[in-house]
Amino acid sequence: MAFARIQVAPGVKRGDAVEVRISIRHPMETGFRVDDGGRTIARNTIKEFVCRYGAVEVLRASLGSGIAANPYLRFYITAVESGELVFEWIDDAGERGDTKAPIVVAA
Amino acid sequence: MSPPSRRPWSLARRRLLLTVPALAAARVLPARAAVDETIPGVRELTEYLAGRTPRFGRLALDLPRLADNGNAVPLKLTLRGPFTAGAELRSIRLYSEKNPVPLMARFDFPVPPARAEIDSRVRLAGTQRVTAIAELANGELLAAVADVAVTISACLDGS
Repeated sequence: MAFARIQVAPGVKRGDAVEVRISIRHPMETGFRVDDGGRTIARNTIKEFVCRYGAVEVLRASLGSGIAANPYLRFYITAVESGELVFEWIDDAGERGDTKAPIVVAA
Repeated sequence: MSPPSRRPWSLARRRLLLTVPALAAARVLPARAAVDETIPGVRELTEYLAGRTPRFGRLALDLPRLADNGNAVPLKLTLRGPFTAGAELRSIRLYSEKNPVPLMARFDFPVPPARAEIDSRVRLAGTQRVTAIAELANGELLAAVADVAVTISACLDGS
């Protein structure tokens, strides 16, 4: 389940605004749907999403049922130095996901 | 040259043809043109505001005026600067007027973002007004609203 696509804008210099785009594969169950047997499908959304750049936390998000399935986020971080962007999330079912993306910063 | 007897009629008809669409537009336009900055009275949102009055103008909430499918509506949030020391962007909350869960998302910025901009896709259960509230480090609140007409509503049919 823990699958995500990430795009980090290449060719950035220190101090630049770097565009980060992430799309996580997740149904974002609303808790209002029923299955074929008429049973309610439990609500399951990404209650916590964190993006870290090196040791610094740059974005934290709580996505509810009001966010579309396979949530997509686009945001900007300040380029400091080459390193890694780490994305971690946990859903209501307790399932965790994480992924990484390198970021290359020209001096 | 057309016979003189027919000219007034023809002009009147032309004027009528011009007037009808103008009237139709006039019925729709004022609602759009007037900047209606009323924050919907959603309980969760009212609780969050707790009597504080957010300022309009700096925060922009871009949503399509018409969304064919409420299951995924592209949304863009932009906060205009300047970001003075102590007034950095801390969080943005998104509230829906009609969704069963009004708080759609909360974004926290532990460090000031390079650009106070965030894009996502939201679910909307019907035609409604979406409200975004940004909170700055100094506690100041900034708001933006957007009206979206949704043709196919999300999360209503239980399918």
